[in-house]
Amino acid sequence: MPAPPHGGEVTIRPYLVGAVLALVLTAIPFGLVAARPLRPIQIFIVIGATAIIQVVVHLRYFLHLDLKPSSQNKLIALCFGAVVLLILVGGTLWIMFNLNYRLM
Amino acid sequence: MLGKLTIDALPFYSDIAMGGALITVVGALGVVALITWLGQWRYLWTEWLTSLNHKKIGIMYVTLALIMLVRGFIDAMMMRTQQAVSLNLQGYLPPAHFDQIFTSHATIMMFFVAMPFLVGLFNFVVPQQIGARDVAFPFMNSVSLWLTASGAALVVVSLVIGKFSAAGWSAYPPYSEAQFSPGVGVDYWIWAILISGVGSILTGINFLVTIVKRRAPGMRLMMMPLFTWTALCTSILIVFAFPALTVAAALLGLDRYLGMHFFTNADGGNVMNYVNLFWIWGHPEIYILLLPAFGIYSEVVATFSGKQLFGHKSLVYATAVITALSLSIWLHHFFTMGASPDVNAFFGRVAPLIAVPTCVMIFDWLFTMYRGRVQLSVPMLFMLGFIVTFVIGGMTGVLLAAAPDDVMRGTTFLTAHFHNIMIPGVLFGYFAGYQYWFPKAFGFQLEERWGRRAFWAWIVGFYLAFLPLYILGFMGMPQRLDRYYVAAWQPYLIVAEGGALLILCGIIFFAIQLAVSIRDRAALAISTGDPWNGRTLEWATTAPPAAYNFAVVPHVHGIDAWWAVKQAGKAGYRPARFHDIIMPGDSSAGIVLGGMSFVFAFAMIWQIWWLAAVGGLGMFSAVLWQTFDDNAERRIPASEVEAIEERRSIAPAFASRAPM
Repeated sequence: MPAPPHGGEVTIRPYLVGAVLALVLTAIPFGLVAARPLRPIQIFIVIGATAIIQVVVHLRYFLHLDLKPSSQNKLIALCFGAVVLLILVGGTLWIMFNLNYRLM
Repeated sequence: MLGKLTIDALPFYSDIAMGGALITVVGALGVVALITWLGQWRYLWTEWLTSLNHKKIGIMYVTLALIMLVRGFIDAMMMRTQQAVSLNLQGYLPPAHFDQIFTSHATIMMFFVAMPFLVGLFNFVVPQQIGARDVAFPFMNSVSLWLTASGAALVVVSLVIGKFSAAGWSAYPPYSEAQFSPGVGVDYWIWAILISGVGSILTGINFLVTIVKRRAPGMRLMMMPLFTWTALCTSILIVFAFPALTVAAALLGLDRYLGMHFFTNADGGNVMNYVNLFWIWGHPEIYILLLPAFGIYSEVVATFSGKQLFGHKSLVYATAVITALSLSIWLHHFFTMGASPDVNAFFGRVAPLIAVPTCVMIFDWLFTMYRGRVQLSVPMLFMLGFIVTFVIGGMTGVLLAAAPDDVMRGTTFLTAHFHNIMIPGVLFGYFAGYQYWFPKAFGFQLEERWGRRAFWAWIVGFYLAFLPLYILGFMGMPQRLDRYYVAAWQPYLIVAEGGALLILCGIIFFAIQLAVSIRDRAALAISTGDPWNGRTLEWATTAPPAAYNFAVVPHVHGIDAWWAVKQAGKAGYRPARFHDIIMPGDSSAGIVLGGMSFVFAFAMIWQIWWLAAVGGLGMFSAVLWQTFDDNAERRIPASEVEAIEERRSIAPAFASRAPM
């Protein structure tokens, strides 16, 4: 059994909280798309917001990342990941809306 | 009970497919019979298949890659032969069969030759190069191997049971949707990609952590050898790029299985987003394959020029710049899809920028050779052949990166450019690495003469096979034609067929080289672990290395750590006493998990739901079993370490207490 990080006690609580939050954040977009109670653009915004919160939940509860300045490496990795995601997601949105405008 | 699986799944539709299926079945039975006859099942199981030793996993990866290389090359040979004879004629392959062959050729070469070859070299070399005893997650390493093997097995099985995808290796919708490809072919492609893709992502995570966390004390990032640097950057690319492919393939699967509409034309789907997602993975993938080859060339050129690598720092920065750029230029794969001039201009400007760091690398290698004592060994020949040939591929790449001349897209010009990058850039690099590190893995060298013959057959064969395709591209020949009606094309296609035959000779020469080397292994044996007078740490271990690599973990003080030790005359240093070493034990959970993933995917493809449940439960149980295994580690006592070191011709390299 590997030693828990930072010498702290590993409990099952954060994992359960994370799993429940992740499930709720997945159920909301599915429900919205299935039932269509809102206008499409509003649904898009909710899906995007739940996706971003989902990322934060995974980082916080499963990967145990926090904002303490204890680990520079983690921060660098996180910043790099954020930049790459910005390029990929931002680029995709740019390309897709552009194509949509011209072809649809 | 058996879902869509009936007797009609056997390849009665074509004699050639039936022949291929028979050869596959007979070959598999032959291997099983041979191992049984030799009575080696127990040895194979305990020493190799369940091993968590990173060097053995590496060797198994490379073996998988070489076997699949032969399979993928047979596909290539069949296509070349078809095109050489099919002017105004049907040729010998029916169109539906030809379509499967170009799909399986590319799928196999990308996912089951290039990827396992590079991961195998990572596994064998990287831990030794950074002075580590193992990778960060040994069990996950075994899981990666068996998931990759399971994906490869799916592609091979599709030759015997059912048909493979005919939708091209990129499986673009709408053709790959259930409406237009109702058979199991695309499902085989999806599951092979999903399963091996998970294996690749795990490998990326594993090597990222290994390189960041497991370096020998004193080895700062800028002191890492270039192959390790490229392994680090490749791992980062794998972690960011492969999920896009997994998502694209999974969504396509949801479209096909559950009637969803992610990529359909109707009901709110968007075909173009598949293309976008595919190339978010696809472009970095080229650099995932290329960067490690660049790393190998850097090691080879320094060793065989007898000089320190020129511009180590600039090579590191060039690697990092390529890594960052490669994530941001994917659109140049679909200029023709109809984006506005703004979008195309942006990506059309960024794409050729990648030539700048690549040129920095080429010049660094040339300057390393300048005034060095260049030995023309087999790895060095592949390196030189690469420099000359790759520059042509790079320039045609700049041509294709310019948005306005996109008339060449979809012609054989693109095929020629792609192979011009993949064969000299990637494959020659891995071959150089295979020849370079073979003596480290097995304790004897590969025979030189057959190696040289193989090199000449490969390079001349490459030029003959692909330069005609550039010309045909200018003449307007589309790629993937099973027949054509332009008589002027045929002479070029016949020349290309000749080139493919020469490459066949190259593969045969490699096989002869291996056979001759095994026969003469006593004469080719190396007396130390350092046959090439190498510079980096992997040459400090014995050949073949002990399970723990380093009896005493080295301390590093600069780049070319092993060279510095040799210069200081400390190469024969032996510590006064040894310590116990803790290594991972063996585990059969990895191969069970891989096997069960095969069962699961096969059942999903043929929609045999009860079997899919069995496979899924099997995968879950294998992981659970490993999680509760408390004896996952093995302690090698100090006395045993000492005995092993005593028997070796060369003592452990250098230690923290060594007087430096």
